[in-house]
Amino acid sequence: MVALTYIAATLATLPLIFILLHLVRAGAAAITPAFFTHMPQPVGEPGGGMANAIVGSLILISIAAAVGLPIGVGAGLYLAEHRGMRLANTVRFLSDVLNGLPSIVMGIFAWQFLVRPAGHFSALAGGVALGVMMIPLVTRTTEEMIRIVPNSLREAALALGYQRWRTSLSIILRTALPGIVTGALVAVARVAGETAPLLFTAFGNQFWSTDVQRPIAALPLQIFTYAISPYDEWHVQANGGALVLIGMVLIISIAARVATRSRFGSAVD
Amino acid sequence: MEPSIVNEIQVDSRSLGANSIHDAAARAIVTPRLAPVTAAHAAPASETSTSVALAAQSLSAFFGAHAAVRDVDIEMETSRVTAIIGPSGCGKSTLLRSFNRMHETVNGARVTGSVLLDGTPIYGDGTSAIAVRRHIGMVFQRPTPFPTMSIRDNVAAGLRVQQRQSPSRRDTDYIVEDALQRAGLWEEVKDRLRTSAVALSGGQQQRLCIARALATKPKVLLLDEPTASLDPASTQKVEELVYELRATMTIVVVTHNMQQAARVSDRTAFMLNGSLIEVAPTNALFTTPRDPRTEAYITGRFG
Repeated sequence: MVALTYIAATLATLPLIFILLHLVRAGAAAITPAFFTHMPQPVGEPGGGMANAIVGSLILISIAAAVGLPIGVGAGLYLAEHRGMRLANTVRFLSDVLNGLPSIVMGIFAWQFLVRPAGHFSALAGGVALGVMMIPLVTRTTEEMIRIVPNSLREAALALGYQRWRTSLSIILRTALPGIVTGALVAVARVAGETAPLLFTAFGNQFWSTDVQRPIAALPLQIFTYAISPYDEWHVQANGGALVLIGMVLIISIAARVATRSRFGSAVD
Repeated sequence: MEPSIVNEIQVDSRSLGANSIHDAAARAIVTPRLAPVTAAHAAPASETSTSVALAAQSLSAFFGAHAAVRDVDIEMETSRVTAIIGPSGCGKSTLLRSFNRMHETVNGARVTGSVLLDGTPIYGDGTSAIAVRRHIGMVFQRPTPFPTMSIRDNVAAGLRVQQRQSPSRRDTDYIVEDALQRAGLWEEVKDRLRTSAVALSGGQQQRLCIARALATKPKVLLLDEPTASLDPASTQKVEELVYELRATMTIVVVTHNMQQAARVSDRTAFMLNGSLIEVAPTNALFTTPRDPRTEAYITGRFG
């Protein structure tokens, strides 16, 4: 039985190892400085990069985080502080339903309410679609992380004359912050690779654009376009793009961890 | 702290190893202990002036429909230590939490009757719970240092919400040092004020929490079984501290430990099933209790 669990544990890590090995083998050739600074080249021309898609993805993730993190953290704080109330239970249930919603449905939703009224695809619509996907993920992790903060800390703060809101923000939320950040990063990583909601919102763009009102390129879309093409050099580019996407998520994770490391002595004054 | 008192406490804690306490033992504990200390410490708050710092009148505290505290009348004198003893679930902690309006932070909890702080009703219309808690400090059973803050920031935590204008960095440093000195922790932590408070030992953490409560200069300090989670050496330090602090403030300590009540308090209140059975000078309560239920409890017949 123990041996079986060892085997299962090994099997659980194998896919990741295979994927990384494959990507490095097939895509490393594409990773050159030009890949980050150049625009895509037409078929047959050597070189070229994904500068527009990398920047596009960063813009989309930023919009998504701006939408998903405040709402998700706020909702999680509400759920944790109003346990057992009917509204809280309803919100928690709906949040789980939203979490289970297929991402393509989220794309349709964003298309219906943001793309159609505006009359054109836009980075904003894509970012909002990704942001809405983040909300339930962030809500639940925030709630879980706040719940494990001992109630005695809340009491200690209240007994010192802290107001309720101040207790929630500067004691409870602050104590739970490392866990919430981890949860937020998982959510960012999850939506960074989403393709389906972007198909008819951000749409993709072969040209340089940072205008959130216009269609914008994104790494997952670019990878998709290149991967289904019949050209070998584009396949290499697609694998390179996938490597960059993974690297981006990794860098975001590390940066946020460093930024929220507990820093003693800087909280006052 | 004079060495004589330290020695006495050590003698006491050794003599308290026995499991059950009999009349004679209880007297032996109390009598030699209180006499010198009362003379040494209670002198400033002269014998005649017994102004009341905190008073409860017909105070009842409820959780939903259940009354955890019933119709309690009690007066806590200025610069005295009042101990509240009683078996588990007798309502002593709830009573204590009614004194700084912490009781109402629990869902469905409410209070009837009144509590007066220097004659001002703390449950009066227009009196905010926040303001009350800024005048009445509280320390809990388990140490509760804020884990995201340094030692210094923990002590200064209450200052930030006290005034509209937080004290300057220099003033804060001064207040932090003063509070840590008074809590008897300064020498142990002065070289690591900027390090994490959770790295301290349990006893140090509890004294840190006392320092945190002292920093805001409360008139009254409430201690809810402050040594229940501490080892004997740390317990002794906290008890010595309580003795020193009462020169400048009124202290109410809830304890399930009768020897502790005998060691640290001037007056002791005995509670049972939510009701206050008897309040008397500690010496008198432990030696000549008036109520048979008090006698039964302090002699170890139940509880």
